[in-house]
Amino acid sequence: MRRLCRALAALLIPAASLVVALSAVAGLVLIIGEDPGRALLTLVRGALGDPEGIGYTLFYATDYVFAGLAVALPFRAGLFNIGGEGQAALGGLGATLVVLTLGDAPASLILAAAVVAAAGFGAAWAFVPAVLQARRGSHLVITTIMFNFIAAALMTWLLVEVLIAPGQSALETRTFPSALWLPTLADLTAGTRFDAGEAPLNPIALFALLAAAIYWVLLHRTPLGYEIRAAGLNALAAQAAGIWVPRIILLAVCSGGAFAGLIAINELFGAQHRLADLPAGAGFAGIAVALLGRGHPVGVVFAAVLFGALNQGGAALSFDMPAVTRDVVTVAEGVVIFICGMLDGVVRGHIGQSLRTLWTASARQAA
Amino acid sequence: MDGVGAAGSVSVLLLSLAGSTVRLAAPLVLAALAGLYAERSGVVDIGLEGKMLAAAFVGAAVASLTGSAALGLGAGIAAALLLALLHGIAAIAAGGDQIVSGMALNLIAAGATPSLASAWFGQRGKTPPLPSGARFGPIALPLAQSLSEVPIVGRIYTTIISGHSLPVYLAWLAVPLTAFVLARTRFGLRLRAVGESPEAVDAAGLSVARLRFAALAVNGVLCGVAGVCLSMAQGNGFLRDMSAGRGYLALAALIFGKWRPWPVLAACLLFAAADAVQARLQGVVLPGIGSVPVQLIQALPYLITVAILAGFVRTARPPRALGKPYRPMQ
Repeated sequence: MRRLCRALAALLIPAASLVVALSAVAGLVLIIGEDPGRALLTLVRGALGDPEGIGYTLFYATDYVFAGLAVALPFRAGLFNIGGEGQAALGGLGATLVVLTLGDAPASLILAAAVVAAAGFGAAWAFVPAVLQARRGSHLVITTIMFNFIAAALMTWLLVEVLIAPGQSALETRTFPSALWLPTLADLTAGTRFDAGEAPLNPIALFALLAAAIYWVLLHRTPLGYEIRAAGLNALAAQAAGIWVPRIILLAVCSGGAFAGLIAINELFGAQHRLADLPAGAGFAGIAVALLGRGHPVGVVFAAVLFGALNQGGAALSFDMPAVTRDVVTVAEGVVIFICGMLDGVVRGHIGQSLRTLWTASARQAA
Repeated sequence: MDGVGAAGSVSVLLLSLAGSTVRLAAPLVLAALAGLYAERSGVVDIGLEGKMLAAAFVGAAVASLTGSAALGLGAGIAAALLLALLHGIAAIAAGGDQIVSGMALNLIAAGATPSLASAWFGQRGKTPPLPSGARFGPIALPLAQSLSEVPIVGRIYTTIISGHSLPVYLAWLAVPLTAFVLARTRFGLRLRAVGESPEAVDAAGLSVARLRFAALAVNGVLCGVAGVCLSMAQGNGFLRDMSAGRGYLALAALIFGKWRPWPVLAACLLFAAADAVQARLQGVVLPGIGSVPVQLIQALPYLITVAILAGFVRTARPPRALGKPYRPMQ
């Protein structure tokens, strides 16, 4: 019975929140003064209508898988990591430093080192809030948000004063050598019937799937994962059972930061080929992805594709209807988070309880 | 420069810093008190940021369309109240996670305000500058002019206490009022009770949900004034993301002030002073240090917040039922 209830919730809650989110977008478009039906159609067509749209959708989805895992893993330990933005920015710094220092080394070596550095810098940026939560009880939600602001200031300073390419005014580093540009769907399909235009979808997408798998193995097949889940379900009981909860907090939050740092790999080596401002918002989208995917890796991947489609569709929408900006995508994310959180409470609270009682009573009568 | 002149210019600088501190503290105080009502009733409110932002936009939009500051204030409060109500539905009625729904409201406000601003005013995420009648300008308190020549007391009166806008005075009034309501009224007693022990309140025959919704209503009104203060008193119209983390700073001030009105005011003044100093420090060359990077100065309030949360939170005890949806025994 419990299982059935949970399975039902796992399907119904995302479906409901999606419907409400799309209605909210339609409502917003209506208030703005455009045709909501045409807007939704443009959104879907832009995201899935041609190879280029699909390529972009999956490229954004790659970001969101990492961002979703960055929220989902600490969430299983009962912690809310809102620092994905800052952790991703620092991941970009780590990867860039590797590229700029290793210069002439073989491309594969640089890429491997960049992956390690991005994850490491992301984890390091999550480390201070994690320690403060574990040792001093400082509220992780607030400290990670503060670290987003601090990261933004730090990255601007670094770009202005240190990393900016000499002799130019744009706030970006010099372009990475082309040996470090990952092959994209666009390169692969150029000139064929499935020409994907400029879509920067690249092999990091497969790496994101691998990360989701690692997340599952870590949580469900290792002692550490067991301890993380135990600490998330009941920290006091976990402590009593001999689990050192501060250590779990530290590991869970820093692993989340490492996942967030990997966003930069997809962006820097797949699309931008230089460090400039990372596109804002992936870190926050991660919250929506983690909640919609209910912390399950398969759910996270599906939710990431969905939000990738929403993001790409939103771009097409703002191109087609200039009055509608891409900010409507942020609204949709917010609505999804809101409905997921609310319905989760409903399932766990009164209504879920009475449904469960009703079910067991009728099952008993039948028997 | 002779000694008297130097002392004079230092005192002028201090007076004007104190004046900006009082002014900049206002939205923080209002938002932190809004958080105080919610959290003393047991509802975590991470959504202060979003409510301020929504109120800032709706207030400025209505004021710009009608030319009336009063209508703007009313509309801003209504917008914040609507979000507070949504938070209540998710967090109180449905028993959902309070941090999740607060964060959701922040994202909705962050996305909806620039969308609507662009669509309605065609100005890429902001409202047009407000005409003077549609803003809250400085109000000189009685005798400010005639006292300005009186040494010390008169100068303090005219520069620090007088000459602020309506929302700033409201913020300062709200502190003693909140202290009184919490300590001396029936509503305040019940509010504190429902945050500490909802079971007891329930057993006494009072509705936990109704009390918490009432707390969120007060919260919405205060957030509304805070947002309007940003866009219609301190600013001249709405700008994208203009709350700039103040909702989170207010939350940190609430924790630092141990959920009590006067200490919360002190915490807000500290943040505001940091803000006032950072505005003065930009471009200044400090002796022995050189010029401080502008980004470091801008990050100062956030760094102070982290330092405070790291250093002092242990000593603070939140309301016992904070963050827990109330589910009576079945």
